[in-house]
Amino acid sequence: MNNTNETKLLEIKDLHVSFFTPAGEVKAVGGISYDLGYGEVMGIVGESGSGKSVEAYSIMGLLQSPGEIIGGSISFEGEDILAYDKNQMIDFRGNKVSMIFQNPMTCLNPVYTVGNQLVEALRAHNKEISIKDANQKAMEMLELVGINNVEKRMKQYPHEFSGGMRQRVMIAMGLICSPKLLIADEPTTALDVTIQAQILELMKNLQKKTGMGIIFITHNLGVVAEICDKVSVMYAGKIVEQGGVDDLFYKPAHPYTLGLLRSMPRVDAEEYERLIPIEGTPVDMLNPPDGCPFAPRCEKCMQICLKKMPPYVDLGNGHCSACWLRVKDNIKNEEAQNNG
Amino acid sequence: MADRIKRIKFGSFQPNIENLLELTPEDFESASEEQKEGFIQDRKSTSYWQDAWRRLRQNTVAMVALGVIFLLILFAFVGPTLVPYGYEQFVKGSENLYPWHYSLEDQALIDAASGDVDQRLSAALEAAEKEKGSELTAIEKAQIKAKVKTEKFDVAEFKEEHNIHLKLFGYSKSELMRIEAGEKVFPHVFGTDGFGRDIMVRLMIGTRVSMLIGIFAALLVLLIGATYGSISGFMGGKVDTVMMRIVELIYSIPEMLVVLLISTALKTPLVNFQNTGNGFLQTMVGILGPNVISMFIAFGLMYWVTMARIIRGQILQIKEQEFVTAAKALGASSGRIIKKHLLPNCVGQIVVTTCLQIPSAIFLESFLSYLGVGVSAPMTSLGSMASDALGGVQTYGFRLVVPAVILSIMILSFNLFGDGLRDALDPRLKK
Amino acid sequence: MRKTANETGSEDMAKYSLRRLGMALVTLLVVASLTFLLMNSIPGGPWQSEKPLSASVIAALNEKYGLDKPVIVQLGKYLEHAVTGDLGVSFKMQKNRAVVDIILEMFPMSASIGFFALLWAILVGVPLGCIAAYKRGTWIDSLLRIVCTIGVSMPSFVIASLLLTTFAGSNEALRFFPTIFKASLGVKAYILPCFALGLYPMCYTARQARSSMLDSLGQDYIRTARAKGLKNWKIIFKHALRNALIPVITYLGPEIAYVLCGGFVVETVFSVPGLGRYFILSIQNRDYPVIMGTTIFLAAFIIIMNFLVDVLYNVVDPRIKLSGGGK
Repeated sequence: MNNTNETKLLEIKDLHVSFFTPAGEVKAVGGISYDLGYGEVMGIVGESGSGKSVEAYSIMGLLQSPGEIIGGSISFEGEDILAYDKNQMIDFRGNKVSMIFQNPMTCLNPVYTVGNQLVEALRAHNKEISIKDANQKAMEMLELVGINNVEKRMKQYPHEFSGGMRQRVMIAMGLICSPKLLIADEPTTALDVTIQAQILELMKNLQKKTGMGIIFITHNLGVVAEICDKVSVMYAGKIVEQGGVDDLFYKPAHPYTLGLLRSMPRVDAEEYERLIPIEGTPVDMLNPPDGCPFAPRCEKCMQICLKKMPPYVDLGNGHCSACWLRVKDNIKNEEAQNNG
Repeated sequence: MADRIKRIKFGSFQPNIENLLELTPEDFESASEEQKEGFIQDRKSTSYWQDAWRRLRQNTVAMVALGVIFLLILFAFVGPTLVPYGYEQFVKGSENLYPWHYSLEDQALIDAASGDVDQRLSAALEAAEKEKGSELTAIEKAQIKAKVKTEKFDVAEFKEEHNIHLKLFGYSKSELMRIEAGEKVFPHVFGTDGFGRDIMVRLMIGTRVSMLIGIFAALLVLLIGATYGSISGFMGGKVDTVMMRIVELIYSIPEMLVVLLISTALKTPLVNFQNTGNGFLQTMVGILGPNVISMFIAFGLMYWVTMARIIRGQILQIKEQEFVTAAKALGASSGRIIKKHLLPNCVGQIVVTTCLQIPSAIFLESFLSYLGVGVSAPMTSLGSMASDALGGVQTYGFRLVVPAVILSIMILSFNLFGDGLRDALDPRLKK
Repeated sequence: MRKTANETGSEDMAKYSLRRLGMALVTLLVVASLTFLLMNSIPGGPWQSEKPLSASVIAALNEKYGLDKPVIVQLGKYLEHAVTGDLGVSFKMQKNRAVVDIILEMFPMSASIGFFALLWAILVGVPLGCIAAYKRGTWIDSLLRIVCTIGVSMPSFVIASLLLTTFAGSNEALRFFPTIFKASLGVKAYILPCFALGLYPMCYTARQARSSMLDSLGQDYIRTARAKGLKNWKIIFKHALRNALIPVITYLGPEIAYVLCGGFVVETVFSVPGLGRYFILSIQNRDYPVIMGTTIFLAAFIIIMNFLVDVLYNVVDPRIKLSGGGK
């Protein structure tokens, strides 16, 4: 963890989120913590069901029943947002923090024009602005995200835009109130690879321009490498490894991260190298067993892994991992030091 | 080991720190495959039907509705065996009974009091004289006499005074006397109609008729609709398009009008047919009545379209799914695909839609019977009973209310149960 | 019948409307022919319930009404006349009065009752459905659902009869409304019939509106709206409602049909001098020209209304507005 004294943009401490379904309590997020400084880009990586979207929704206050935040704290610029009432939350959303979602095809209301929806986003938080100025600002945003013919486009309906363009509109809508933090929930997953690259490029440029922080949620490590400064790897509702992007890629400290890296197809791989997938299936969140949730899929699983949850081990420079192997390493080092 | 653990930094609160103090070297041995496999307790896998049944059982409303349906079935089919009156039986002397009665003694009291005009007259004359203080003139006497004659005997007050209460169930005077004599007489729970027919038995028969018509109509619709829909869906292409155009056409015809039309048109031919002989068909026509037959014909012609559409939709959906392509790729024949893959997935929809067609059919039948173009006398249905009761509704209101309520409860129960079935079989649709 | 946005997006609006119109006309033709053929299949002719007439009289009547020619010719002639507005004359109930005149006299009454019934059904049903959707899971939602399920399960004659008994019946205290309908009594006379007729459509509409609203509220664009920080009422009224109302229009068609046909019973119960009641009487009296004419007229009305609703739906949904534009 960074140990500076300045106020972080976002601080999440030990967040617990559960869904109280008829079948029982699903512990979607079981105690995660991370910080984000101003202008930093954090990547959150995990499979479906790892809880990455849930924690993003918790930040935005978009969690709907039967989901509930049952523990922990989230503070934004030093303020505890879990204590916000409804009105404060409405003020907060779209204004201080914006979110863009995975499927741009369905995220815009089909019966209103794009211009209407953009202006609406702006005037929700800036009530004094005139319609003319609002339209002007909306058009500026559309240009910013790389859309041509803005005057014409403003009057068009969402179904007249392609997928990539709709995502650009979503980004424009997210940025129109100049938020300090943008949460992007798998924004490129539903798009073609070439469009993906364009959108990523766009986001990188915008981030540099505005200096806003980004939380980038994805299951694609390639994207993470492109755009993120820090990464948190999530599995079964917990962060299993966290650290700077270089540390993660070159010195992965958790078998899951290692597995993810190995299962990525690489352009520079030898012809005969096989992809090594991670065996097994994700754990049932309804009855999470004791011990490390990754244990049954881990090739280095030890006895202790089946019995107890591993603690976080600090590996320096903000890099940490929750794995008994690291504890084992630590103990070995200690013994070596003592003997040496 | 304690000091080493202190040096390990924790990024987040770990619940069982204390237990770490007990780590031993064995804990760091590798775990075997079996151990890993035993780690996760699989959730008991249930089949689709078990899941659906469980969901259905948990749905209180649907279960209550099912219970009510069961009770209605008992009422309609077992009931008449318990009641000694026939639905066509004219019970002499028991005409127009209400579902309540007064005991013989009470009736006698009322009769005595209300019938004695002279007694009241003298009492009234006395009271008037006292008030006036002097003798009444002939005119005043006449006035009082007229007043007493036309004055309504205040039954309610009298009943209050003498603590006369209504007793449940309807009995005629003669029946009450038989009870006094020691005979066991089955009560007319809901009273009797103008001909002395026990209404409860007629209700039971009426419920039976309504229910049977509903079920058979729904089955008819199922047969035609499912066949048509599955052929259309499975064949696809031009055949499907043509078949669906026909469906659209039929769908846009106002069904009610056609039903009425067919009923009217077929009435005479059916009656003629009935008179041609004593074969099975002729007797069937005789029992059901030409109107009901027409209703079935109309139903068969018009109402299958919804079922056809739904089944076709289901088939199309399933056809596109990958497991069908997989089956084809494995070399399965069309027949096998239909039997093993398409139909089982449709069964849910088929059951739900059929179940929901039953109340529609009952609805329609009652509607038609009410208009007089439904079941014909002496066969009775809930709708025709309500219709008959309309004329005397001012005095015999219950004759309308009771069949109407039973009818509504029946339709409601089928609707609720059908809804519950739908929710259970496809929880994704649950809203 | 409902085509998705994708299917019609590529079809020109005009072409689609024309196709639906053609369909409507074909349906009408089928109904008219069916009606005519059915009525003509009745053996014994329309004179059967009269006193037995001599053969020569029957022959004369047949000739007068053109019943002695082959059926196809009769059908052709009938349709020819129908198109020009001549639906024959009443045989029995109002001897020799043109059926068209009868219809035109009676229909406005039925139409007005039907219109008001439908009006209250929609004006009350839609908001109720939306409230139930918004308050999903609470007691308000459960209550509305129970009421609407019961309402949908009660045939209109049940409600009509119950209302008649209670509010226009023997109990003097509750007799707020007249037993027999008289237009001259104004609003009071309309209330019971319109309420009875409109109850089923109201409950049906409320259920559909609820379902549609829930669907709309569950869409991704609502999530986007929330993420933008819009106020709750704005999300519901501006975003969710507009989308939810569109499917509700599709139910207008069948509801119009119901209101006209359900009117038969309500008119009978409340003695409203409308076309529905007259239709039932004509069935009971076997006045064939009236039966045919009324059937065709009502069918035509319903079919045309369905067509108009169809067109309306396509106009309102902007996904279909432009013919294959943009994408």
